[in-house]
Amino acid sequence: MTTVSEIFETMAYGPAPESDKPALAWLDQHGRDFGLFVGGRWIKSKSGGGFDVINPATTARLARVTQAGEADVDAAVAAARKAFPAWSALSGHARARHLYALARAVQKHSRLLAVLESLDNGKSIRETRDLDIPLVARHLTHHAGWAQLAHSEFAGYGPVGVVGQIVPWNFPLLMVAWKIAPALAAGNTVVLKPAEFTPLTALCLAEIAHEAGLPAGVLNVVTGDGRTGELIVNHSDIDKIAFTGSTEVGRLIRKATAGSGKRLSLELGGKSPFIVFDDADLDSVVEGVVDAIWFNQGQVCCAGSRLLVHEGIAERLVAKLRARMEKLRVGPPLDKAIDMGAIVAPVQLERIRTLVNTGVEEGATIWQPSWACPTEGYFYPPTLFTNVSPAATIAQVEIFGPVLVSMTFRTPSEAVELANNTPYGLAASVWTENINLALDVAPKIKAGVVWVNCTNLFDAASGFGGYRESGFGREGGKEGMWEYVKPETRKAEVGTRNKRPRSVPRSAFRAPRSAAIPPIDRTYKLFIGGAQVRPDQGYSRKVLGPSGAMLALVAEGNRKDIRNAVEAAHAADGWAKASGHNRGQVLYYLAENLVQRADEFAERIAAMTGHDVADGRREVDASIARLFSNAAWADKYDGAVHQTPIRGVTLAMNEPVGVIGIACPEEEPLLGFVSLVAPAVALGNTVIAIPSEAHPLAAAELYTVLDASDVPAGVVNIVTGAKDPLAKVLAEHDDVDAVWYFGRQAAGAEVERASAGNMKRTWVEWHPRDWHDNVQGEGREFLREATQVKNIWIPYGE
Amino acid sequence: METKRRYEYATPAAGTMPAAVAPERALRVFTQPERNPGTPLDLDLIRALRINRSAVERRAATIPTRRTVKKEWQAAWLLRAITCMDLTTLQGDDTPTNVLRLCAKAKSPVRPDLLAALGATDIGITVGAVCVYHAFVPVAVEALQGSRIPVAAVSTGFPAGLNPLPQRIEEIKASVAAGAQEIDVVITRAHALAGAWEALYDEVRAFREACGGAHMKVILGTGDLATLVNVARASQVAMMAGADFIKTSTGKESVNATLPVGVVMTRQIRDYHERTGYAVGFKPAGGIRKAKQALDWLILMKEELGERWLRANLFRLGASALLTDIERQLEHFVTGRYSAAHRQPMV
Repeated sequence: MTTVSEIFETMAYGPAPESDKPALAWLDQHGRDFGLFVGGRWIKSKSGGGFDVINPATTARLARVTQAGEADVDAAVAAARKAFPAWSALSGHARARHLYALARAVQKHSRLLAVLESLDNGKSIRETRDLDIPLVARHLTHHAGWAQLAHSEFAGYGPVGVVGQIVPWNFPLLMVAWKIAPALAAGNTVVLKPAEFTPLTALCLAEIAHEAGLPAGVLNVVTGDGRTGELIVNHSDIDKIAFTGSTEVGRLIRKATAGSGKRLSLELGGKSPFIVFDDADLDSVVEGVVDAIWFNQGQVCCAGSRLLVHEGIAERLVAKLRARMEKLRVGPPLDKAIDMGAIVAPVQLERIRTLVNTGVEEGATIWQPSWACPTEGYFYPPTLFTNVSPAATIAQVEIFGPVLVSMTFRTPSEAVELANNTPYGLAASVWTENINLALDVAPKIKAGVVWVNCTNLFDAASGFGGYRESGFGREGGKEGMWEYVKPETRKAEVGTRNKRPRSVPRSAFRAPRSAAIPPIDRTYKLFIGGAQVRPDQGYSRKVLGPSGAMLALVAEGNRKDIRNAVEAAHAADGWAKASGHNRGQVLYYLAENLVQRADEFAERIAAMTGHDVADGRREVDASIARLFSNAAWADKYDGAVHQTPIRGVTLAMNEPVGVIGIACPEEEPLLGFVSLVAPAVALGNTVIAIPSEAHPLAAAELYTVLDASDVPAGVVNIVTGAKDPLAKVLAEHDDVDAVWYFGRQAAGAEVERASAGNMKRTWVEWHPRDWHDNVQGEGREFLREATQVKNIWIPYGE
Repeated sequence: METKRRYEYATPAAGTMPAAVAPERALRVFTQPERNPGTPLDLDLIRALRINRSAVERRAATIPTRRTVKKEWQAAWLLRAITCMDLTTLQGDDTPTNVLRLCAKAKSPVRPDLLAALGATDIGITVGAVCVYHAFVPVAVEALQGSRIPVAAVSTGFPAGLNPLPQRIEEIKASVAAGAQEIDVVITRAHALAGAWEALYDEVRAFREACGGAHMKVILGTGDLATLVNVARASQVAMMAGADFIKTSTGKESVNATLPVGVVMTRQIRDYHERTGYAVGFKPAGGIRKAKQALDWLILMKEELGERWLRANLFRLGASALLTDIERQLEHFVTGRYSAAHRQPMV
């Protein structure tokens, strides 16, 4: 027994446990054995399997949960489908009331959820109490607002349908909230699978939601491991998959859903940089590092796990860090005075140990505090590696544990280069007291979130999500809502196309203008890097008119031509830095020059498609108008300043995606091309376009117009040839950031599957659009596809 | 342990101030702090200081949420807080009556029955010091005779500090002559606001000289300093000029001691210690009325500076009403029932 007078001398911290009794009582009420929550009630599994849920801090068994099988997932999807018509037909206001009630219910049960989360995951009660659960309530409240405002803010859009959602174990309930709040707000119904290590709070929430009056079947929770997840991903009656987890599994899901028509949003791994310049407040940096990598035991996808320090201050910072690490406390998660709890499971602990060993073997210097972790349960101490090179395994691989690797840099540009030297792009943290430097560096980092002089700040009003292999789609803010809505015009996509009366094709290929002198031969090469270049292999393909007569030869592009075009597109990356005004000017000028040749283009289109010249002219005129629309947007697609609860600004910047490969639709060979290329270019992307395979001449004729219109070399590259194979090459290319494919379903599926290589964004459609319709052919839908949102958090105050 | 030791006794950082202390000497310092003699004014260091307010506020906000003490630990920590308390009265209507009452309370701050129940009778709990205006120094000195409780006098034209410098110097000397062992001086805030660091340094140097053997606590008046970076710079200048303690507030500014200010000041103390080997004390004052606040400040000290700064020789809490609340909490711990202020002997 420690006495008061002894403690008076040592001034030690003592135990400060939060009681686990109410949470255990809740488990007991359920007999510590959980079914699935489907259609508003608990159901027994049809397959009967199950597994134990373990408290990682004690290794004690908490409960047994169900391994949902195929029949169970079918039942859950059926319940969601059944609930969908009524739920989606509710007014926004009614859904807002439901979400508000759910948010309030979470607050009413906040301590139960916080303790249950800590027991299940091993994270500290401080975090679940002060961060996870309040953020859950905040997310639900914020999205109650989107439900309320949906009719005006998402006019013309409706819910996607039944959504399958799969969440990870690191923020079990918070990730549930991030998933279900926007889905329900938009009128979707949900089949949710929590992670097998941490299913308890999701089950508790399902029960709470039911008590709060959420209609049966709107939210269904099925538990299980990856096999259950696979059943959800592959289910034919699910319209969208939202997944948070590893890039590895994200890649499998991308491949599995390819060609299914399912919408997809993925929030994946990261190896986020934490950049410290020499004018930063170093003591605050140290606390920033604590929040970055020793938050939630480092099991955070956006953890600042790569410390990049200016070489002049590295030694001082490392000394400060070591001193701080010495004071961190690792221990029972329910103790209110600890900094770090337990690692979620033995398999994760083993992964951390293995990677740390690799780091040591590869020659990095390891440092850990002098104190020891508890031996019962799965604990790992805070760990710092110095003398790490970018080539080291621990500098590249996501460890997902409390392990920080540090490297030094010389200049701001080298810091950016090191920061971007990763396949990931989830988050970054930048520390400097110089606003010029901070605001210069933040846009240069390839990451969906940049925190200036802070880290790991989250709020429902701000979008969260990655660049590159960290996934696509955003969660939070208006940008996150777009993931759960789709244009109402394409609610039932097949057969509703607004058919335009077409003229009867004119039978003949236009006669040569003079019978006596043959026309000068037109040679259509490829357009790469601002020049007309011969195709790599020197083959050409015939372009036939509707009667089968040959109109011309175009270059037969191959994979090397695509490679060259991608390099040219990258070389033109300065385009992204051109002002919106300048990009708009170029597009206006393009329109101006196209007008000069309108008749010629109209005739070309007519000759290729067999429509009459008046139709061709209509297409040219529409293309000119479309160029104007996108020129107009170039300096008007503004970002936002989000209302996050900090003294500061959270800037949501619309950044270009980068290099976009565009396989254009077969129909409307000019208008389809312009409708896709123009918005991409207007917003600063560079493009490799594959024109309509059957009717490539309209695009090929554009070479000279592009040339004459001051479009900088490499901004628009055009490769003619076999569309589907070329599109696949683009989709496989690891240095292409997005691929848009408009064509056949099978080829679209190939594009989606191949995109999994670098997890590039895809926009694939096989249902035809009416390109003449301004709702379907231009506007914010296109602009969203052409951009990714970067949220930059800038707290201020002197 | 090796690394921990390195932190506690701190190897001086390269390239800043000359290393003034060898590790053996620092070890000796641990038990009996050597008075900070001050250093030359280092303007490069002062100007290079960077404080990020939002980050400091985030840190301050988690100090009470990352750590807590319960039961025996809380009782022990509260007793420790009492021993670090500068029990203070600084009112215009002070008379010998209430000053004498304050001194009596200083000698016996907790009811003996509570101390016995806590098993803490033998510790010999007294407050850290009694803090009064110059006029009451003789009264307090006499009342505290034999108790080893020092008397602290606020000085130098407290609270605004705008009297002529010679008068302020004389005021210090008069209080020291009257028996004050500690002098709480106030700085000319205008120097800090104008960035006149040489002037501030010279002023505090002069105060220190006037203090002679009395310990000097330098009140920065942080509520008047406008920015946290000014707080950091004034802290460093005060330490370079020979402060034994740096203190947040007079208690008369509109904003008193806040945790963010405490985070900034303790970090400057840590930095100064790492550079020079001299341990300077810290005293938050003003607005500290609740036991929970006292615990928060102790946690801040332990986290930012270490155990060594949890003793009265390096930590003081300037307070008047705080003691009664601590007594109530101690009684609650002993009896399990919530207590009332009137059950504790009046301050």
